[in-house]
Amino acid sequence: MLKENMDEQDVILEFSGITKSFPGVKALDNVSFSVKKGTVHALVGENGAGKSTLMKILNGLYHADSGKVLLNGKEVQIRDSIHAQQLGIGMVHQELNVIGELSIAENIFLGKEPKNRLGLIDHKKLNSTAKTFLLQQKLPYSPSLKMKEMSIGEQQMIEIIKTVYFNSKIIVMDEPTSSLSESEVEKLFTKIRELKKQGSTIIYISHRLEELDEICDYLTIMRDGQFIRTVKVGEITKNEIISEMVGRTIENTYPKVKAEIGDVILEAKKLSNEKIKDVSFCVKRGEILGFAGLVGAGRTEVARAVFGMDELKSGEIYMEGEKISIKTPKDAVDNGIMMVSEDRRKYGLVTKRSVLENISLPNYDRFSKTLFVNHKAEKNVSAEIIKKLSIKTPNLDTMTASLSGGNQQKIVIGKWLVASPKVFILDEPTRGIDVGAKYEIYKQMCEFAAEGMSIIMISSDLPELLGMADRIYVMSEGRITGELLGEEANQMKVMHYATVNR
Amino acid sequence: MKIKMEKIKKIKAGTVFSKYAIYLVFLVMFIASIFMSDNFIKPSNLINILVQVSPILIIACGETMVIIAGMTDLAPGAVLALAGCVGIGVTIQTGNAFVGMVVSITIGIICGLISGIAVSRFNIPPFIATLAVMNIARGAAYVYTGGKTIYNIGDFAFFGQGTILGIRAPIVFMVLITVISYIILKHSKFGRYLYAVGGNEYAAVASGIKAKKIKLIAYLIIGAYSGFAGVILCSRINSGLPSTGQNYEFDAIIGAIIGGTSFTGGVGSMGGTVIGCLIIALLNNMMNLMNVQSYWQSIVKGIVIMLAVGIDMAKKKSKM
Repeated sequence: MLKENMDEQDVILEFSGITKSFPGVKALDNVSFSVKKGTVHALVGENGAGKSTLMKILNGLYHADSGKVLLNGKEVQIRDSIHAQQLGIGMVHQELNVIGELSIAENIFLGKEPKNRLGLIDHKKLNSTAKTFLLQQKLPYSPSLKMKEMSIGEQQMIEIIKTVYFNSKIIVMDEPTSSLSESEVEKLFTKIRELKKQGSTIIYISHRLEELDEICDYLTIMRDGQFIRTVKVGEITKNEIISEMVGRTIENTYPKVKAEIGDVILEAKKLSNEKIKDVSFCVKRGEILGFAGLVGAGRTEVARAVFGMDELKSGEIYMEGEKISIKTPKDAVDNGIMMVSEDRRKYGLVTKRSVLENISLPNYDRFSKTLFVNHKAEKNVSAEIIKKLSIKTPNLDTMTASLSGGNQQKIVIGKWLVASPKVFILDEPTRGIDVGAKYEIYKQMCEFAAEGMSIIMISSDLPELLGMADRIYVMSEGRITGELLGEEANQMKVMHYATVNR
Repeated sequence: MKIKMEKIKKIKAGTVFSKYAIYLVFLVMFIASIFMSDNFIKPSNLINILVQVSPILIIACGETMVIIAGMTDLAPGAVLALAGCVGIGVTIQTGNAFVGMVVSITIGIICGLISGIAVSRFNIPPFIATLAVMNIARGAAYVYTGGKTIYNIGDFAFFGQGTILGIRAPIVFMVLITVISYIILKHSKFGRYLYAVGGNEYAAVASGIKAKKIKLIAYLIIGAYSGFAGVILCSRINSGLPSTGQNYEFDAIIGAIIGGTSFTGGVGSMGGTVIGCLIIALLNNMMNLMNVQSYWQSIVKGIVIMLAVGIDMAKKKSKM
């Protein structure tokens, strides 16, 4: 009896029967669970499981159709994000809401700047208050430093302490580690522990299950808009979490099937530009070649140069033994080199346009030699790709913006597949994608390799790279610092090469 | 399950309504006009509306492509005047109206080439580049005519005043260009690339599309259309007037926007543009028939634009 009472008091936030529908989908279906004060509470689930919708309700951006949100045992109607802030709920979004041209101080106090007698911003007071606060938070930055001069990790830290400044008791962090380097992740975790000690409660959304053990106390699993269960971290294994998330068991995270590896197909010799130095590598037929390294090591830059998106200062590229010149993406595509960029919304998709048009975009010349669109080919090929990659979309005319991240990524992969690439560069192919879709993409990669395609895979997810690649190049500071065969590669060796020169 | 089905049906009805809302607005306006003025429904008046809107709709066809590609063109009104005046001048010199027309269109294409190169090669923002071309073209029209109006246009009168198979020539040309533009946008590869470049230029380039070339061609097309609009308008008003065509580009842009073309690029259709331009033409005609002072006409037009686009934006927001 006593213990139960204690538990009741400990609960800071409770969702009770939350339901929310959008036209055609039930995003949340009777979700109920509670969060204890002073804990780090993880929220996991595939994309589309309803995590973001729930958090948007908590932040006042959406309103539930039915159900209650209880804060410290009292029901609250959260009107909008300002109201949420007043209630002590702070949010750190995955895509940071910082204004690069403004200083740290101006960003912290945005919209609440101290004013002088004339009603103008009192910069002196602004900077001195910010400075004191930054020191309090053990962040020795100058408050007048412009936000854009800071790294993503540092900007995120400012966003976090901003919520602290406004007395947030509950801080929601959406995929906070998705674009941080290893050392930045460490700093973030230190900060989270510190906040916890001060009594803050943290709701932590992440796709990186490895992190949860390290930083979280409780874990709530959601699937298809429904609450599955809440458990204490440590009382559940990673595989159990995954199978509850997807609602089925996945025996093997990496369905690697080794393909027959043939001759060298693409060879790069001493590629150099502003970002990369003397990069030489080769990739063979049927091989999955990995590029490992820390964020900023120059892996993406190598891919961009080979794909004609960035200029090369010097160096040569050979395709099947013949020297080729690549100045634009079109040159690369014409030579059978294609690339799926890490930033699929920027470089991969025209999100305003349909599934059909996005799949067809690079292929219109293949469909028809005249000036006109071959509507029949366009339709048939797109339908084929959707089937082959099991892309979930209502129909071919659906706007790609409305699809989930995993399906969007499959469309980007699919549009190149039509052109049957010889060398397929996949830059962070599974970033921000849920477990189920990841698995399918891995499987497809193996199938492509079996068909004789060469795949260059860039990934910051080291286990994924180790699980999938036949051979790995490790980069550091724009240079290739090591080459490892799949069998001999392990986390230690990769990290050793990745930190050379540092 | 049953509830779900009903919901889906409702949504479909909703989207169909919003997709065709603009056609409904046009229909309502048309019927209202019949009751508001006895002269409206007379064939001569209806033909008059179409003749008057023809240069605007021709330019609007070009604007639709340029705007879909994420750009804009402010030069057409001035290019129209320059092309029309020079075309008439050449017709008088050579005695051949066909040569005059070809020269007009060529001048339009040259103006488009200047805008296109400025935008695609030198990365000058379209607003600025075409503003410059607008000033150059208007100035050149005055220089060419010495500030005077050229009369005695001879055979050149055919394009604006003649008939083809019993139909007024401007209407025939307007329909022809609208159909060509529809085919370009809907059925050509270039049309698909316009949408892609305007929707996301980075992704288009990374898909192997030559975005710069696409942008340049879009300007060449609107240049040619502007030149041809000049032929029709100057022929119809029976003179080479260097000050003519003022603000035609704005009416054309408004027509495209009312018709659902998104100013941020990547979205739009020729059908929408046709209806958008007809709505503007209808509005102008009604106000003329009801003897509304032209100063007031301008105010009313401004309000209509604000409402049309405002409602559209609100609709989009509620869909999010």
